[in-house]
Order: sequence, then structure tokens, then C-alpha cells
Amino acid sequence: MSAILPPAKRVWWKEPLDRVELTWILIAFAWAMVLFFMMPYWHAFGRQNLSNEAYRISAEAFSAKAQAMVDKYTVREETEQKIPVVHPPEGSDVYLIARLWQWWPILELENGKSYRLHLSAMDYQHGFSLQPSNINLQVVPGYEMVITVTPNQAGNYSIVCNEYCGLGHHQMVSRLYVK
Amino acid sequence: MNAAQAFRIDTATGLQYHRDAELLMKANAFMGVVFLLIGGVLALLISLTRWPAVHLLPADWFYLTLTAHGLDMLVFWIIFFEMAVLYFCASTLLRCRLATPRMAWLGFALMLIGSVTTNVAIFEGSSSVMMTSYVPMPAKPAFYLGLILFAVGALIGCFVFLGTLVVAKNEKTYEGSLPLVTFGALTACIIAIFTIASGAIILIPTFLWSVGYIHQIDPLMYRTIWWGFGHSSQQINVAAHVSVWYAIAAIVFGAKPMSEKVSRTAFFLYIVFLQLASAHHLLSDPGLSSEWKVFNTSYFMYFAVLASMIHGLTVPGAIEVAQRDKGFTKGLYEWIRKAPWGNPVFSGMFISLIGFGFLGGISGVMMGTEQLNMIIHNTLYVPGHFHATVVIGTTLAFMSLTYFLIPSLFGRQLWMPGVAKWQPYLFGFGMYMFCLVMMGAGTLGVPRRHWDMSFAGTLLPHEFPGSAYLMMGLVGISAVAAVIGGGMYVLVTVGSLLFGRRVEGSTFATRPTPLPRAPVAAAIGGHGGGAGAFAAPGTFTLAMVFLVAFVLYYFINWKYLSTVWGLS
Repeated sequence: MSAILPPAKRVWWKEPLDRVELTWILIAFAWAMVLFFMMPYWHAFGRQNLSNEAYRISAEAFSAKAQAMVDKYTVREETEQKIPVVHPPEGSDVYLIARLWQWWPILELENGKSYRLHLSAMDYQHGFSLQPSNINLQVVPGYEMVITVTPNQAGNYSIVCNEYCGLGHHQMVSRLYVK
Repeated sequence: MNAAQAFRIDTATGLQYHRDAELLMKANAFMGVVFLLIGGVLALLISLTRWPAVHLLPADWFYLTLTAHGLDMLVFWIIFFEMAVLYFCASTLLRCRLATPRMAWLGFALMLIGSVTTNVAIFEGSSSVMMTSYVPMPAKPAFYLGLILFAVGALIGCFVFLGTLVVAKNEKTYEGSLPLVTFGALTACIIAIFTIASGAIILIPTFLWSVGYIHQIDPLMYRTIWWGFGHSSQQINVAAHVSVWYAIAAIVFGAKPMSEKVSRTAFFLYIVFLQLASAHHLLSDPGLSSEWKVFNTSYFMYFAVLASMIHGLTVPGAIEVAQRDKGFTKGLYEWIRKAPWGNPVFSGMFISLIGFGFLGGISGVMMGTEQLNMIIHNTLYVPGHFHATVVIGTTLAFMSLTYFLIPSLFGRQLWMPGVAKWQPYLFGFGMYMFCLVMMGAGTLGVPRRHWDMSFAGTLLPHEFPGSAYLMMGLVGISAVAAVIGGGMYVLVTVGSLLFGRRVEGSTFATRPTPLPRAPVAAAIGGHGGGAGAFAAPGTFTLAMVFLVAFVLYYFINWKYLSTVWGLS
């Protein structure tokens, strides 16, 4: 019963290593280095990285920017709630509001074009989950996250909330179109 | 207490229990099992709700239940039991008296009051804020207050543990260095102090905010510090259950560590690097730089992952060496084939070790990689991962240890040993399945903490593919199997205390009896034969299987990431 007894030899730190252990430690260390290397590598050569662009912002200020975009680029309204569908030009700033329990407005983007997507929450924390691509971002009140997105497939996408935000959390779902 | 009976020596194991410590261990372990029982009932209700064909609870009850389940299991069950483990590793393994038993009882009382307070706040409603209680979503003040009281109680327990180490040293109840298992428990204790401090730093202001003394808590600051508590508390578990693995290998096989130096260094790496892992929860957050994320999520160059990979080899390696010494030397695997698979102390521990590595470990590295996190964050993959680490890893290891403690500590024979024999298999493999299908559902995009994946009644519902519904059905079925396995554990433990035959033959003493010196032969012989030997070839091949699975799955995830939208 030795792991529950003091080491049999008082000077245990001078014991030589077994080859099994030594070999495994070297392999595991090499693998750990690969794991570490992949993240900076992907920043340099991969196409899916988070930007580091973020700002502190009040709910009112963000909401005003989103409203200005909606006023300018709304192409139609959908559902009985008349949610505006916005078709902004390539390269423009696109705003998406997360609030209890709605994403607003509905975005319509073009395939292969890039947009600066701004995300912020008006009240509690929310989770931006683009389905079926399964891209997931945390949306935090008081912070505006900016990320450049480039859709690579046309179709109808859904935006699901995947951060618990109260009793209506499971009803917070919206659409995103890529033409 | 009768002074002549201050110490009890259990004849079967030779372990010596200080009577004060013994009572505290019993009380803490018992309260742990009570919360495990409550959490298990809640687990059944939750999984029967997420099983789309059943969809049992209404939405408000689902979110309430989920909040209570998280705290009762992750915090209350595990930390109560860990207190028992800490006292065992200090007072029992070092054969000394427990330092300041009255303070330890105060800690226990605070933990009990705190855990009850938080549960009452949750079940009264309007505190369904999930375990994470992200601001600015408010809970009742009592919700935070209970957690703070519990944390203070646990902190007292940590200092009683440290004090007991000092007592043992001063009163010379052991010679040389701490046993490896106690060293591992010390690691857990140090991590626990860091964890509890983080919890206090964020929960005290949040409590003051909830009663109106503070105007606002920054949500990003909350997340950053809260996860210093939330994730680190799971690191206590890792250090504790790895210690339990070593202890069980020693108890069942008489296994000694292949190398004290390697195993202790690996524990030390936990202290230095494991805390950084709390950054894993912030990888998709705004306002933190990629440099910060990459540095922290890699636990600085993955040295904590390295440590777990080392333990994953050295624990079964030590068993292999011990078994080979006993003559199970045929081929690569006779040592494991002829292991006591009918003994739940061993089978539970081994199922725990394999599941923790293959399911919990590999998935943890996926989620903890900055870019890969984007295709996993907040999906069901996340609970799939942490049920593999915390339930298969920690809970199952603690269950196995219980089967040893019932005769030795509680002085009772196992009641219904046939049930105990099968319990680790049903619970362990039920959880294996449960974790796998949760990760599968998460890969298909199913969100965590979500009442209705069909989005019934919404204007623009999302339709998950049929495979996602299949996965969620399997989540329900495997959860039911695991809950039955958990119920068997509670049945055996509580049944043993009530109806188990008493174990006779303990002897009592007024003073601690020190450890006999290790026989000189054992000190010279040692295991493995030192440098140049290849003492555990079977374990090495298993480790290589693990590595291949790890590498393949890792790069499959990068491949998938490369197909989604461009993000920059």
C-alpha cells in the first residue's frame, strides 16, 4: 500500500525513471507543443478567427446605431411582428441586437461577401448561435463585439440563443438569409 | 469522548482513525451522499425533459431544476465528499490527530447552512439563474449568501487539513516525505483555497448588488472572476480524484507509484498551470485579446494537460507493475484481464480513469482551443464534456472509494454486495453513453440549458436535423440508465449504514501509533528496475491508443472548422 505510505526511500527524488514513463512524457510533451502551436498557426493561416475588436457601449447607443442601419437598408418586413429584414451593402457595418427574447433585425447577406458584424445585448447575456453552421459567440451587455463575417454558402440560417436568459430563452430564435 | 478511545485501528486495513476526524469524515461523506441523491432525482427530471418524446417538466420548473442540479452536484455533493477525503488523507494516512476538530465542525455547520440556504432560495423560485448566475440576471440575495457561507465553511476545512499536516510533522507520526496520495490532496487543497478566494471576490459584491448596495457589476468582470471559482472548483476535483485513483491502486493492488518524482511533479504542474483553464469559458467573449486567450487556454503550453496525461499513464502503470510482480506476466494484458473486475472499488476506479481520459480529457482540449471553441461554445457538447470529467472522473472515483470506506471507516459490511458489484458498470457505461450523445448533439448545434429544441410557438423556428432528435432521445435513455446506477450507489451506501453487519475487531488506543518503517527489502527492491527497464508495456500500448484517438479527433475538428464561414 505504497502510494498511501511515505516513500520507501527517503531520497526518492534521485530515483531513475522507468523507460515507459520517460518515453510517454516526451511524447506527451511533443503533443502538447503541437496543441499549442495550432492556435497561433491558425491565426496566421486559418480563415476562422475571432477579431479582438470590442468596445464598451450603452444599450441606447447600440440600439440607435442598429436603428440607423434599419432605416437605411430595410428591404421588407417579415412575420406578424413586422420584423425588418435588412440587406446592407458589402463591407458595411451590420448591427444585431440581442434582447429578451428576440434577435433584431433579420439580416440578409450575400454569399462570398464580407460584413462587419456588430453584436451587443440590451439586457442580460445572450448566446449567438448560427445554425446549422454551429458558430457560437457570447453576447454581453455593455460590450460591442465586432467581427468580420464572410458567408460561404447561400441558404436560410437560424440564429438561436444559447446562453440562458430567463424564462423565454427557448423562444429566442431568428433567421438570417444568405443570397 | 473517552480519552482511552481517541484512536481506532481498523484491523483489516491497519488504518488508524482519530475519533474526531472519523466523525467528521462520516458527517461530510453522508451530507455529500444526501446532495447526490437530491441532484440525482433532479438529473432524472432534467433528462426526461430534454428527451423530446417525453418533455416532462414545464419551462419554469426545468430551469429551476437545472439550477439546483448544477449546484447540488458540482458544488455541494463533491465538496462535502472532498472534505471527507481531505481529512482522510491528512489524519488517517498520516496517523495523527486532526487539528482543531471544533473549527472543522464550524466549517461543516457553515457548509450545511449555506447549502440549505441556497437550495431554499432556488426552490422558492425566482432564483433560476443557473449555476453560473451571470449578472445582470438577478437571483435572490439568499442564493448568493448561501454560496458564500458554504465557501467560508469549505475554506475552514482546507485550513484544518493544512493544520493537520503541521500536527503530523510536529508530532512525528510519519517519517520522510508525505505519502503521494496526501501530496495530491494537498494539491487539491491549495487549488481549493485559490478557488474559494475567487468565489468570495466575486460573490460578495454580487450579493451586495442583489441587496442594492452596489449599483452595477460589470458582466465581463463577473465572468472572468466567477470562472476563477467555477472552473477551478473542477480542478480541485481533478487533483482529488487523481489522488483517489492512486489510493485505490495502492489499496487494491499494493501498487506503489512508478516514480514518486514524476507523479509529484505532475501534481505540482496542476498547482502552477491548472488555474489558467478558467479562461476556457471566455474564448468567445468580447474584449479579451487573442494573446491572452491563447496563453491561458493552453494552460501555458498545455503543461496541465501534460500532467493529466502523465497521471493517466502512471496510475494504470503502477497497477501493471504490481500485478506483474504477483506473477500476471503473460503477454501484454494478463495483468488487466486478471484484475479484480468484480470488486467495485477497482472496477469503478478503472472505468473512471478510462472515461476521464478518453471522453473528458480529449473533449476538454477541443473546447479549450481558442478557435475550435467557436464551434462548441454553449452547445450541449459542453455539458457532455464536463459530465465526463466530473461525473465519470470525480463522482465515480468517489463512489469506488466509498465501497472501501464503508467497512473501514463506517465499520459496516457492504449491504447487497451483488448490487454494488454491478453499480460501477451501469453507472459508468450509462454515463459514457450519455456524454458521447450529448457531445454528438452539441456537434449538431443543440444548445445547452434549453427547454425546447423544437422552438414550438415561435415565429421563425429553427429545425434541427432528425439526427439531433435521435441524439436527444439517446441522452434521455442513457441518463435513465446512469440515474438507476446512481440510485444503486445510494441504496448500497445508505443500506449498509442501516442494515450492514458490523465489522468487528477494531482496537483502540489513546495515542497515535506511528507507521512501521518500510522493510529494508522493499526500499531496495522498488519497482520497475529503474532506468533502462520497460516495466509497463501493456499500459504503454493503451496510452498510444489514447494518443492516436486524441490526434485524429483533434484534427477532424480543425477540418470541420475550416469549412464554416470566414471569420476575422
